Amino acid sequence: MRGLVVATVAWALTLTIGALALTRGDYAVPPADVLRTLSGHGTLIMYDVVVNNRLPRVLVGAGVGAAFAVSGAIFQRLARNPLVSPDLIGVNAGAALAAVLMITVLGSGWIPFGALLGSLLAATSVYLLAYRNGLSGHRLVLVGIGVTAVIGSLTAYLLTLADIYTAKSASMWLAGSLAGRTWVHVVLVGGTLAVLLPAAIASTRQLRLLELGDDLARALGGRVEVARAVLIALGVGLAAFATAAAGPVAFVALIAPQLARRLVAGQPGLLVPAAVGALLVVASDLVARTVVAPTALPVGLITAFLGAPYLLVLLMTDRAGL
Amino acid sequence: MKRLAACGVAVVALLALCVLSLCVGNEWIGPGAVYRALTDFGGSDVDRVVRYLRLPRTVAGLVVGAALGLAGGLMQGVTRNPLADPGILGVTAGAAAAVVGAIGLLGVHSLTGYVWFAMGGALVTTVVVYLIGGAAPVRLALTGAAISAMLGSLTSAVTLLDLSTLNEYRFWVVGSLSLATGPIVAQALPFVAVGTILALVLGQSLNQLALGDELAQSLGTRMILVRVLAGAAVVVLAGTATAIAGPIGFVGLAVPHVARRIVGPDYRRLLPWSMVVAPMVLLLADVLGRIAVRPAELQVGIVTALIGAPVFIALVRRQRVAEL
Repeated sequence: MRGLVVATVAWALTLTIGALALTRGDYAVPPADVLRTLSGHGTLIMYDVVVNNRLPRVLVGAGVGAAFAVSGAIFQRLARNPLVSPDLIGVNAGAALAAVLMITVLGSGWIPFGALLGSLLAATSVYLLAYRNGLSGHRLVLVGIGVTAVIGSLTAYLLTLADIYTAKSASMWLAGSLAGRTWVHVVLVGGTLAVLLPAAIASTRQLRLLELGDDLARALGGRVEVARAVLIALGVGLAAFATAAAGPVAFVALIAPQLARRLVAGQPGLLVPAAVGALLVVASDLVARTVVAPTALPVGLITAFLGAPYLLVLLMTDRAGL
Repeated sequence: MKRLAACGVAVVALLALCVLSLCVGNEWIGPGAVYRALTDFGGSDVDRVVRYLRLPRTVAGLVVGAALGLAGGLMQGVTRNPLADPGILGVTAGAAAAVVGAIGLLGVHSLTGYVWFAMGGALVTTVVVYLIGGAAPVRLALTGAAISAMLGSLTSAVTLLDLSTLNEYRFWVVGSLSLATGPIVAQALPFVAVGTILALVLGQSLNQLALGDELAQSLGTRMILVRVLAGAAVVVLAGTATAIAGPIGFVGLAVPHVARRIVGPDYRRLLPWSMVVAPMVLLLADVLGRIAVRPAELQVGIVTALIGAPVFIALVRRQRVAEL
């Protein structure tokens, strides 16, 4: 019950902040005009600003936030460790390397596709390298840190090969940015959520079973290895598509499920983290876009700036998990 | 006797790598020509390349390597954590962020200017990582990763706002010895010397720490003092290395393990050996980087990551470490 309330409040806040984001920017559009434009009666320039520019940005932000959060929730519950998130096991780094490869060497048309492939490859290699008589959350994280370091250094190397303007746009992408997102990205994220979110919610029962531990889950009739593989695939898929759409927006996958758990005071379903994640990214993007205007910072800088201290606090307080 | 032989082999190998580092490059310069360039400088192109490019680069490799090897050995000793490394634990990221801040915000462009920032950044991160991470390998590594990510976001904020800083930064952040010049290396030497002496003095105390807190205490080790001094040495060594060459990962991680294989766990021997093995690794990586993608070159930090990460992953896969 409390979960429902929290999710509703979070979605309502997301909607409010999203609406606010439609009005704010270089070209201020009053709320009344936003409504008029959305209902199809605005001027051409307002239509351009609101519908072609700001609305996709807000929608991609919300979708990406939800996807990262659900992915993080799946990983954290699967590993029974609050620190295991797709960012830490190579998904972001793989996407980053592939995207920078696209931007600097192959031309930028295929960034989302490349990023997707990159994160899937990276996550698979982390999974395989960490697998040894089963998976341990610790090993997954540590191998992830190692693989992330190598991939990060290769990414940095690619940046030295490009001309400075290409390097700048690549760095922008690397920070996790919603700038210049269009309806194509909305479709990408929306499609991902439409397919993977219901699947993830349908697997919640398996997730709960696995949380009991492998032996008990098996005794209760669960097909442990299959269920785990499916859930990992769902988690990686959500994070990978989200990264493809918005770049590696840091720490959302880590924080959102944790915040959700604290807000609900128990184990929420997957919809609460989704709502919290959407709120987090949409709010962070509004901050990133308006606080240091006219220079729009990438949203990932804000989430990293909020998320890293949070991770540190988690490390200081949540000793039981380690 | 056996130990003496091993020492001899190591020294010869190190010298050979130095010679190789002087000879290999965009253009091969024979040992004879190198010798002439060093002893009888005539001002020809070859002489200049050897004296002004390859000699500083080689010496930088020795200095940076020694500093990183010692820093890694010290960190592993103090934290009793086989995964400790100034790179993994975010210490070099701290130094790097401070240097970027110095370049981008304060317009500092000389090594003597930013070595202080590098050490300041390293100091703050070392303290924070140690306070939050404690001793467990997983916690330490995670703390390092979190801090690196946070500093990384600060760094990208600075570099994204200023194109010229980004341009300077992107060549430095990969970790490279090619930016070192004679004066830079000369300025760094006193710092590394102080760190080295401090490190070597601490060997016996680290041996006692390795026995566990209680036993060490009962043996009369002043644990807080040892940790503070070791921390100071790590800060000076890793900070200076980062200021000269940028962040170079995995050398401090892998080398002490190699040294441990050769001379066993005694830190009085392990530290000096790390100091000899690390420059070998770094010079070899640097030479490989010059050959691998000719005529361009792969910066040494990239090569060490490619060589070092498998070592890290192998260490992680050893059950004992992952379950600590």
